[in-house]
Amino acid sequence: MQDLGISVLFEGKNFIRLLQGLWVTIEISLISVVISIVLGILLGMIMNNKNPLIKITTKVYLEFIRIMPQLVLLFIVYFGMTKAFAINLSGEMSAIIVFSLWGTAEMGDLVRGALISIPKHQYESGRAIGLTTLQTYLYVIIPQTVRRLVPQAINLVTRMIKTTSLIVLIGVVEVVKVGQQIIEASRLTVPSAPLWIYGVIFFLYFIVCYPISRLAAKLEKAWES
Amino acid sequence: MNSNEPILEIKNLKKDFDNNNVLKDISLEINKGEVVVVVGPSGCGKSTLLRCINGLEMIQGGEIDLQGEIISNRVKDMHLVRQKIGMVFQSYDLFPHMTILDNITLGPVKAQGRQRKEVIKEAEALLERVGLLDKKNAYPRQLSGGQKQRVAIVRALCMRPQIMLFDEVTAALDPEMVREVLDVMLELAKEGSTMVIVTHEMQFARAIADRIIFMDKGEIVEENSPSNFFTNPKTERARQFLNVFEFNAVKSVEDKENQ
Repeated sequence: MQDLGISVLFEGKNFIRLLQGLWVTIEISLISVVISIVLGILLGMIMNNKNPLIKITTKVYLEFIRIMPQLVLLFIVYFGMTKAFAINLSGEMSAIIVFSLWGTAEMGDLVRGALISIPKHQYESGRAIGLTTLQTYLYVIIPQTVRRLVPQAINLVTRMIKTTSLIVLIGVVEVVKVGQQIIEASRLTVPSAPLWIYGVIFFLYFIVCYPISRLAAKLEKAWES
Repeated sequence: MNSNEPILEIKNLKKDFDNNNVLKDISLEINKGEVVVVVGPSGCGKSTLLRCINGLEMIQGGEIDLQGEIISNRVKDMHLVRQKIGMVFQSYDLFPHMTILDNITLGPVKAQGRQRKEVIKEAEALLERVGLLDKKNAYPRQLSGGQKQRVAIVRALCMRPQIMLFDEVTAALDPEMVREVLDVMLELAKEGSTMVIVTHEMQFARAIADRIIFMDKGEIVEENSPSNFFTNPKTERARQFLNVFEFNAVKSVEDKENQ
């Protein structure tokens, strides 16, 4: 009987190890996402500042992070920092730093866009019906900003989760790396292992990202106005 | 209706944007129950005048009093003053994320702290009057421009303001929707509301106004009764301004005949 490649998955602790790898992926993504959202909201508010110095600084930051491939950023932080400043960062730490820098830039741009997309008249009609500035923000501006922001922010989260697969290259043992190890170990015994293992990894990413992107689509639909 | 008790007094109001004096020394009294229509060419400062009254703009000179209380350039408690002044904008500016009823009740409930139940009752009665009760659970995007503008008027009215300001409320509407909005305003005027209206609808101005204020280049050029203003204006500038409207009317007739 021909040996099915999928059997590799259930040998020893392979499947558990894959799930542990997935957890590393999720952990790094989650920490980076939380940092990005908090700093991104602040950055977005700062980016609407009229001070030219602040404008230029934030713009340069945003463009730099966007133009650089994430892999290059990872290498700069992981290898470059060690060489140049003798700061020894673990792979996980470097990954969190890079993804937070990137996520903050992207999130900041989304927040900036959402804030300027609220017409000036919305602030004025809030004030015209006698609301205080705080109440105007609370009942009129923030609900509209959040509605515009949340679907895009969620899409950013799925992009960040997927991009963490790059951190294999700085030696972090996450889900893809575990998959590679399993494949290497069974290269001779089960030649079709790569297809099965990468297939499983595909489903793991899918299971994590699909509900998130469905949620984004649902919210977008519910809030369209 | 029209008593001689001033509800709003504007004294020597000056407003600059950078170095551009938009309003130069405007003085105006508005009595309780009076309907004052402000007309004038674009850029003459009439919308700015309304925005100053409602405290949306700081002023650089003079003073505005509402019922004897200075309301200009206040930083503290301006929201309390605005609760007494209803303002309706050209672009309706309903809150897109709220239903019609929530749009109307937000101010009375949150800003004035009134009972939600009682406010809803009042809002529904007002909506009924403008013929939009069946839309109370709709969202602004589901309404036509004219309907939105009527809701915006109801939203301002539900605050029970002492005075209502209308800033070119029909300028963004399709012609067939202008009437439904103007009818609502005519009815308010009949009931004795105090109103300041900025408009380009001259027929309407003539029909609704107790007094016409003609502004040009940041000054009040002429104050007159509507019948005198439209048939026999006192000033040359007003005559020229009215000629433009007449010219347009004549030109359109000529265009038709030449076709």
